[in-house]
Amino acid sequence: MKSRKYAVCLGVSALALMVPTLPALADATSDGIAHYRELLAEGNPAELWEMRGEELWREARGPKKATLEQCDLGQGAGVVKGAFVTLPRYFADTKRVQDLESRLLTCMETLQGIPAAEVAATPFGKGEQENIEALVAWISAESRGMQFNVPTSHPEEKRMYEVGKRAFHFRGGPHDFGCVTCHGDDGKRIRLQDLPNLTQPADAARGFGAWPAYRVSSGELWSMQRRLNDCFRQQRFPYPLYGSDVTIALSTYLGVTANGAGESIAPAIKR
Amino acid sequence: MNTQRRQALKSGGALGLFGVLVAAGLVTAEEARAAGWDKPAFDAKTMDDALKALGAGKPGESSDIMLNAPDIAENGAVVPVGVKSSLPGTEFIAILIEKNPSMLAASFTLPDGTPGDISTRVKMGQTSSVYALVKADGKYFMVSKEIKVTLGGCGG
Amino acid sequence: MAGPMRIRAASNGTETEVKVLMSHEMETGQRKDPSGALIPAHHITELTATHNGRVVLSGQFGPAVSKNPYLQFRFKGGAKGDKVTVSWVDNKGDKRSDEVVVS
Ligand code: HEC
Repeated sequence: MKSRKYAVCLGVSALALMVPTLPALADATSDGIAHYRELLAEGNPAELWEMRGEELWREARGPKKATLEQCDLGQGAGVVKGAFVTLPRYFADTKRVQDLESRLLTCMETLQGIPAAEVAATPFGKGEQENIEALVAWISAESRGMQFNVPTSHPEEKRMYEVGKRAFHFRGGPHDFGCVTCHGDDGKRIRLQDLPNLTQPADAARGFGAWPAYRVSSGELWSMQRRLNDCFRQQRFPYPLYGSDVTIALSTYLGVTANGAGESIAPAIKR
Repeated sequence: MNTQRRQALKSGGALGLFGVLVAAGLVTAEEARAAGWDKPAFDAKTMDDALKALGAGKPGESSDIMLNAPDIAENGAVVPVGVKSSLPGTEFIAILIEKNPSMLAASFTLPDGTPGDISTRVKMGQTSSVYALVKADGKYFMVSKEIKVTLGGCGG
Repeated sequence: MAGPMRIRAASNGTETEVKVLMSHEMETGQRKDPSGALIPAHHITELTATHNGRVVLSGQFGPAVSKNPYLQFRFKGGAKGDKVTVSWVDNKGDKRSDEVVVS
């Protein structure tokens, strides 16, 4: 059942990429959809995750019965405001560039004693993953309205940016797709979905800066990794491991591209 | 005398007894649930049956009711619908969706002092007319609007 | 079981506007799980909003109200510091009640 739907989707996506939509028709539709999104913006259920996330940050949990209040997201221990728009970044304690999700895994393991590998292996929307989704909702909301300012001063940050850029442009799989196939030109769309040109600052800020987001179609909060995984699926690539370097590299590339080009609206509400 | 309870009981006419009693802490929610939820109306499969179950008969038209909803919904799982009635004495508002398996989506009872202005979100299986039914001063009125539902692309 | 609601109530001096997000599956009873079995309906049936103990809105939901329901309405009166409470029950008897102070 699932695989049949998948096959239909495949046909549609590949076709839509090749056939331009009639401009007039598309514009009327776009206006209608813009109105729909405007009406939805009020009362974004992501707020339910934000509430839970704030509680989780302060709740003593895990084998060590500790809170996350001493977690360093890059702005100093316990500083949450403004952290989201400066991630991914290099952390001296782990000697790695980390995005928000992989950094949370580190904090949960070191502070609370919750094994990172177990969390990473948990399916989205379940158990500790659900907790991470709540945490990223709250943490990103604390940077709402701030410009992206993802650092590239450390050599590791520069390297991750370059790796991310290469990963973005790498094509492969049964359709010879890469991120760039769907997100490398202005004005592309698949059916009614406008595809942001993520190589351009303004679109990168809009597209990257909306996630994590409440996903209307599933009624769940999707983290950035889940968003990217879904694109890996559309690209017929295998899913990257949770918190793995390819995800972080792609986020570094998108985040740096978005720098100064728009305000973070995460957690947004998305189709 | 418990003024809170008395106030709650006073507004009983418009609310249905059980809603009031729950609010006043006199009956449990379970007791109210059995008696309160209008199952026949929510089970109705046709407009005639739904209107009959709601006691609305043949509602009239009114230009004093606004249905605020998009022309197109990107996803039928979440369709924003707002109903605004400037009819004096608006006491009840219901939202019905013609092509859903059961037409009635939600209904609201508005005591004195609560204006006819409510927004919520509903599911739509397909493109359909959406109806706002309003009871004001004992009379029923209805307006409608067609909302297109696109299935959207893939993913998720 | 069900998480807390997010309630906002803001007074403009003459009226109070209330916005509520509820955490609920709102399962229709028409969907099938991966094994093909029907997932039973599970949805909020009734809700009540009170202001300082007086009912200002009561509602009934069917399964066609969206998952994680959103509701917005107004009532006359209400001042900063007053209490607004929203309560719901669902078809399985689960219930939830949350309170917020008017801002
Ligand atoms: C086959 C086409 C396709 C490929 C290849 C693809 N994506 Fe996407 N991407 C989409 C679609 C379609 C959406 C919009 C999602 C939706 O609305 O369902 C999207 C959305 C996104 C978004 C969110 C944009 C927004 O405005 O919310 C990001 C970020 C993103 N993709 C990144 C990537 C990255 C990174 C890659 C490579 C690993 C990639 N995508 C590969 C089709 C693709």
